[in-house]
Amino acid sequence: MSVAAADRLSLRFGDRVLWEDLSFELERGELLAVLGPNGTGKTSLLRILLGLLEPSGGSVRIDGCPPRERCGRIGYVPQQRIFDRDLALRGRDLVRLGLDGHRWGFGRLDGEGRSRIEAALAEVGAGDYADAPVGRLSGGEQQRLRVAQAIVADPVLLLADEPLLSLDLAHQRAVVELLDARRRAAGTPVVFVTHDVNPVLHSVDRVLYLAPGRWAIGTPDEVMTSETLSRLYGTDVDVLDVRGRIVVVGTPDDQHVHHVGEHAH
Amino acid sequence: MFTQLLAQHFVHTALWSGAVVAVVAGVIGVFVVTRGMSFAVHAISELGFTGAAGALVLGIDPVLGMLGGSLLLGLVLGLLSLRGRERDSAIGAVLAFGLGVGILLLSLYQGYATEATNLLFGSIVGVSDAQLRNLAIVAAIVLAGVAVLYRPLLFTSVDPEIAAARGVPLRALSVGIFLLLALTTAEAIQVVGVLLVLTLVITPAAAAQRLTGRPALALVLSVAIALVSTEGGILLSLEKPWPTSFFISAISFAAYLAARVLAATRERQKRLTPSAPRRVWAVR
Repeated sequence: MSVAAADRLSLRFGDRVLWEDLSFELERGELLAVLGPNGTGKTSLLRILLGLLEPSGGSVRIDGCPPRERCGRIGYVPQQRIFDRDLALRGRDLVRLGLDGHRWGFGRLDGEGRSRIEAALAEVGAGDYADAPVGRLSGGEQQRLRVAQAIVADPVLLLADEPLLSLDLAHQRAVVELLDARRRAAGTPVVFVTHDVNPVLHSVDRVLYLAPGRWAIGTPDEVMTSETLSRLYGTDVDVLDVRGRIVVVGTPDDQHVHHVGEHAH
Repeated sequence: MFTQLLAQHFVHTALWSGAVVAVVAGVIGVFVVTRGMSFAVHAISELGFTGAAGALVLGIDPVLGMLGGSLLLGLVLGLLSLRGRERDSAIGAVLAFGLGVGILLLSLYQGYATEATNLLFGSIVGVSDAQLRNLAIVAAIVLAGVAVLYRPLLFTSVDPEIAAARGVPLRALSVGIFLLLALTTAEAIQVVGVLLVLTLVITPAAAAQRLTGRPALALVLSVAIALVSTEGGILLSLEKPWPTSFFISAISFAAYLAARVLAATRERQKRLTPSAPRRVWAVR
């Protein structure tokens, strides 16, 4: 049985239809990248999976029940948001919040909880700086701790929303490798929202591409083609392979290309 | 003179009241600083002043009016759960109007002006036994509230997005912390006055955050600094007849400066020993 299943989901904000009849299933150990330009509901899709947003139509099941009931735990890695330098919180405290931060009271950490935290810290290689205040760590270190926080409670599903934003290439690779290793070792499927497919290109099994009003799902080879994207956008789009990196040219939101044209004269 | 005063009952009441207020202010302060709510503290205490001025005009206990004013604003701010710049400007607008109303109410009030001065600048030596008992009851409510809400409160203060993803009710917690803050503010006003509430709710917590990365230890340090400030301030004002509020704010500010210097020195040491960069943290 699949871990998560979306059945004919639709999302509308007023008159604007973001997507309709969106269906997919996530198997154990699968890594799905969600791609597409801004405003196509990538983050909204994650919010639906988290049970924070009701879809306009259709339904989602995670571990066999609606996300709102939270029968299967979900690990969530958000966009990097730098912590205050003075925040009185160590790396291990941040990770602990993923384990019992939602419970009432002060709570005492038992032996099992402590060893779970140690294991999560070790898994992301954050043992060295687990006792440092999080605000003093680099963006890459903070993001590793967030991955540890997401996996510490042994979730059935991992969701990541642009977790690579504002990280340098080495740290981008490190975060992708951590999530990749997790799904291979523990079989936890990963949904990875990103605007750039390249950092995850060699790890993803399937790509869900959300374009304004249309979507496509399949392997990267099936979806990331000039033909598929041209069909999605309803205009000529070129998908180029430049030294092993995928470059998409000609989408309506392709600001970069637009600017080059403007400045040329 | 000093020892004679120390034997006085009103001095004991003042010291106890100071201690009670210091504990709650120190505890709440940590969350206020973590969530960046300093400006809200100021606004809530000003609205407490408006409420108290209204109570004076109506001829009821100003402490009740103060509680009413600060709780009302606390509830509104909690429900709005605004963030960042929008929150600052909204609070600024409400604060200014509230203060204007307070000034109008004071001008309508025919009684002694000392009542108003006491509210603005604090009057710890004037606390009665009955007031001390009320302070203790409200403090117990605030501490019980923090004890129940502690972990989700910390979670939403640090990482609201992830906390929401784990099913933590953000808005309910926002209302909760603002109401606890309003109660704390109403307590602190009675000791240091409207204008100096920040000296007990912000300064000790800000100093504590500079000193440690452990959340629980920050709580303890914040309470300790608040306690030393109030008790020290009250004792000093027995020795020298300057306002108690001045001494309290001076001690807590000194603690804040000391914490900054200490943190900066530690940071420099850490940079100077690149071979063992993490050791500084491990010692703590």
